[in-house]
Amino acid sequence: MIGCGIFNNDVLIVDRSLNAKHRDIVIAAIDGELTCKFIDLKQHRLVSANPKYPPIVIPDNSNFLIEGVVSASIRFHRACWLW
Amino acid sequence: MLALVDCNSFFASCEQVFRPDLRGKPLIVLSNNDGCIVARSKEAKALGIPDLEPYFKLKEQLERDNVHVFSSNYELYGDLSNRVMRTLEQFSPEIEVYSIDEAFLSLSGINGDMREYGQAIRQAVQKQVGLPVGVGIAQTKTLAKLASFIAKKSARCEYVCTIKDTKEWQKVFSKISVGEIWGIGRRLSHRLGDQHIYSAWDLMQQDSQQMKKRYSINVARTIDELNGIPCYGLEQQPEPKKQIYSTRSFSSKITNCTALEQSVSQYANRACVKLRKGHQLVKTILVFASSGHFVDKPYSQSVVIPLAVPSNDTRVIAALARQAIRETIFKKSVPFARAGVGLIELQAERPEQLDAFTAIQPDRSKQLMKLMDEINKRHAPVYFANQGINPNWVMQRNLKSPSYTTKWKDLPKVFIK
Repeated sequence: MIGCGIFNNDVLIVDRSLNAKHRDIVIAAIDGELTCKFIDLKQHRLVSANPKYPPIVIPDNSNFLIEGVVSASIRFHRACWLW
Repeated sequence: MLALVDCNSFFASCEQVFRPDLRGKPLIVLSNNDGCIVARSKEAKALGIPDLEPYFKLKEQLERDNVHVFSSNYELYGDLSNRVMRTLEQFSPEIEVYSIDEAFLSLSGINGDMREYGQAIRQAVQKQVGLPVGVGIAQTKTLAKLASFIAKKSARCEYVCTIKDTKEWQKVFSKISVGEIWGIGRRLSHRLGDQHIYSAWDLMQQDSQQMKKRYSINVARTIDELNGIPCYGLEQQPEPKKQIYSTRSFSSKITNCTALEQSVSQYANRACVKLRKGHQLVKTILVFASSGHFVDKPYSQSVVIPLAVPSNDTRVIAALARQAIRETIFKKSVPFARAGVGLIELQAERPEQLDAFTAIQPDRSKQLMKLMDEINKRHAPVYFANQGINPNWVMQRNLKSPSYTTKWKDLPKVFIK
């Protein structure tokens, strides 16, 4: 998600209570895995900021769930003190 | 009206919140020291895995059925429980946290369709915390409990059940065994069975005054509550604790005195932290240790120690506990399996009456204990060395999941592909 300013080892603030709007960055569970993408509600798909990764069409089954909306992200400019 | 909100298979559901790959899969949670099964996901129940069964007995079957097994992770469950309760506060100003996974909400003053309100509560907890709950709505606590039981059992309810007029429920209540009712235990339900009271409906038809004479005031109250007459109100302020116990089984048997002393020192510390949290002092403590039942000559010994001055200083309580172990309880050649410290007589913290002839609490005790509690809240724990460093008897929780919500290094990770 470098294209939108989210880098490796950033900490994301995820708000579960928000409803995802078009072009929000969301945490979604697809087939049991957590991923972070833009949500394209018009074309019903998840889009990565990095064009290297192709968009994923949102499946119409229970194997897909939006876990929450990424409302902020935190960057560490030194080795992270958290771990 | 009252609502009882109750989490479905709480511990098992908590393990699934940050593991989408485990949703819809059979999963169980074990008790301390990975002893018994204490929680099962819906899918594990469907496999016929029994509740409260020793883990080692079922290990093979669990492996064969690909059941995911977890040690209990109380940090995670406690934190998610708080999140549930905070979410529920959005729906009612009056809430009684009844247990780690249940709360009563007062719905008085709330207009509109109760069923819809129940569904709104359910959806909010599902969305904001990620946990499934059932909701029972009725006139009294006992009926709300019963409604929540029905909400779980009947698919038609969609996890929300509202009981308004009990007369309309004869068919359902007649099928619910009397033992399922809140406050009616197994022994009592046997006694009621002798009197041909088998179902919730049977009990409702009894005369509460007669049943009071025959059984107890509590049975009479239960009958009144089943008939829609409230006898129990919401208890929003938790009662001050009357006793505090900290006891554990060891992961391996202890045969030396130092290790046993270390264990009670640790339990004394844990109990004292709770004591100070409730702003209480202890007047009498109880120390015990036992070999467990599964040895040739079971041994168990306990000591009751009155304190000269009520205290909540870990150092004082731990020293008394260690002394009791050293001088009275410990016996060579006994393999100890379990020990504990009980603070059995408590009083509220207030300026104490000083006795001219006895020692008072150690100097600056209050400041030191407060400092310790503060440090332990925020940083890596500090503790007294007499609790032992890396002891090998501590609880085993080999299959524990990460503390996703309470430890920075355990934050869930997201991979981008």
